[in-house]
Amino acid sequence: MSQWSPSRHELDRRRVRSRLRARSAAIATLMTVVVFALVVVGLTSSPGWPRVHEAFFNGFHARAVLPDIWGAIWLNVKMFLIAEAFILVIAMLIAMARVSRSPWLTPVRLVAVVYTDVIRGIPTILLVLLLGFGMPSLGLQGLPISAFFWATVALIVSYSAYVAEVFRAGMESVHPSQWASAIALGLSRGQTLRHVVVPQAVRRVVPPLLNDFVSLQKDTALASVVGVFEAVFVARDYGNYNFNYTPYVVVSCFFIAMTIPLARLTDWLAARARRREFAGAL
Amino acid sequence: MSLLSLSGVRKAYGDKVVLDDVSLTIDHHDVVCLIGSSGSGKSTLLRCIDLLEDIDDGVISFEGEEISDPRVDARRVRSRIGMVFQAYNLFPHLTVLENCTLAPRKVHGVSRAEAAERAMSLLSRFGLADQAAKHPDRLSGGQQQRAALVRALCNEPTLLLLDEITAALDPELVGEVLEIVRAEAAAGTTMILATHEMDFARDVATHVCFLDQGRILEQGPPSEIFTSPREERTRQFLRRVL
Repeated sequence: MSQWSPSRHELDRRRVRSRLRARSAAIATLMTVVVFALVVVGLTSSPGWPRVHEAFFNGFHARAVLPDIWGAIWLNVKMFLIAEAFILVIAMLIAMARVSRSPWLTPVRLVAVVYTDVIRGIPTILLVLLLGFGMPSLGLQGLPISAFFWATVALIVSYSAYVAEVFRAGMESVHPSQWASAIALGLSRGQTLRHVVVPQAVRRVVPPLLNDFVSLQKDTALASVVGVFEAVFVARDYGNYNFNYTPYVVVSCFFIAMTIPLARLTDWLAARARRREFAGAL
Repeated sequence: MSLLSLSGVRKAYGDKVVLDDVSLTIDHHDVVCLIGSSGSGKSTLLRCIDLLEDIDDGVISFEGEEISDPRVDARRVRSRIGMVFQAYNLFPHLTVLENCTLAPRKVHGVSRAEAAERAMSLLSRFGLADQAAKHPDRLSGGQQQRAALVRALCNEPTLLLLDEITAALDPELVGEVLEIVRAEAAAGTTMILATHEMDFARDVATHVCFLDQGRILEQGPPSEIFTSPREERTRQFLRRVL
């Protein structure tokens, strides 16, 4: 078998294939260039463009505000990373409580239902305000009073409810036959959840999960309403002082730069899972 | 002109050669059975014919046109070839009837009413009329596989590919599925089936191919393959399964 070498016909076919690939790449490039050129031309030829350019894309102000935003964005990153870890754990616990059947867990289940229903109904900004101003004013001994702390807690509370529902949807999308075969092996319902259902569910919900986390990264800006001096606050501060909106564009670029690596990572994870688990993917 | 012809077909996944120099010619109304142990390349061969896999060498021609040419519109070819899988692969979110009418409506442009009428007549011919409104998961394995067959037949394929369609069924249900295949064969449908049902192959096939390690080791009419195989490997295999 090792002495096989491609026939003339096969070599021709490979040439055709690479030509077709080159053609796809050319179409992709051309379309991209055309679309973006149209957008740029459309924007720059609009009557108000010079004013917009001055107010939003001002090089001087961009350079001036950059160090301040760079310094403040770490607060957002820190808040996001801490919140994300807690949200994943809490949301998973809530979701597992909701799909559990044990009679002992009935109160937990009730709490979980009420929690998701109520919390999802409250705008996140109100939660930040309620916790950020309300908790410190309780004056309880030992309770932190930092606005950063309570803003982070508010985000965790709010997003846990959303992410819990994402997890639950994932668990319910796992076919009942998977439950049956795990229980048939002698696994308990808890073990089945832990070893069979949850791993499959998590893989399925990675894209919507990412959605929520990108949204969370942006919502760290809400901490500014309780006086946390994070990146968007810095940008607003600078903008109000200098009558220029360029800092908003700069801070947007920062947020975009944070979310893109996350998106690529999840795409890569999903592609790897597909390659491993599905034969004959097209 | 033969309906389908393969010559020198090769398929490899990395270093693993799954099909090696496979050549085969099929005429209208032929019923070709591919036999051989698991991993001998039967399924891959069917998938290559349906253009679900790119081949690494050789030529596949369907109705005189080389379909292994990358410039060929694969959808046009597939719309004339029906395929049924071992695991049924019915769409769980659609009812049995909707499963059967999806492709005729979307690919062949048949009206909803006409597609439903044709699907219902096929379903009732195969004893599934009362299951038409149910979702596939509610059906037994045999019923599901019959529904999958009907789904393929609703497209009125020129060539039908059946990939071990009874392998997941218990013996009692195998019969009801094979009855349909037998009826279709008798009606003159051209088909290629990968199968482990040797009795069925002997009865229905016009042509039997024994695959071993990606090669067609031996082929001929069933009377010849099953009674006096040339190759020692074929004899071994038949001794084990008969």
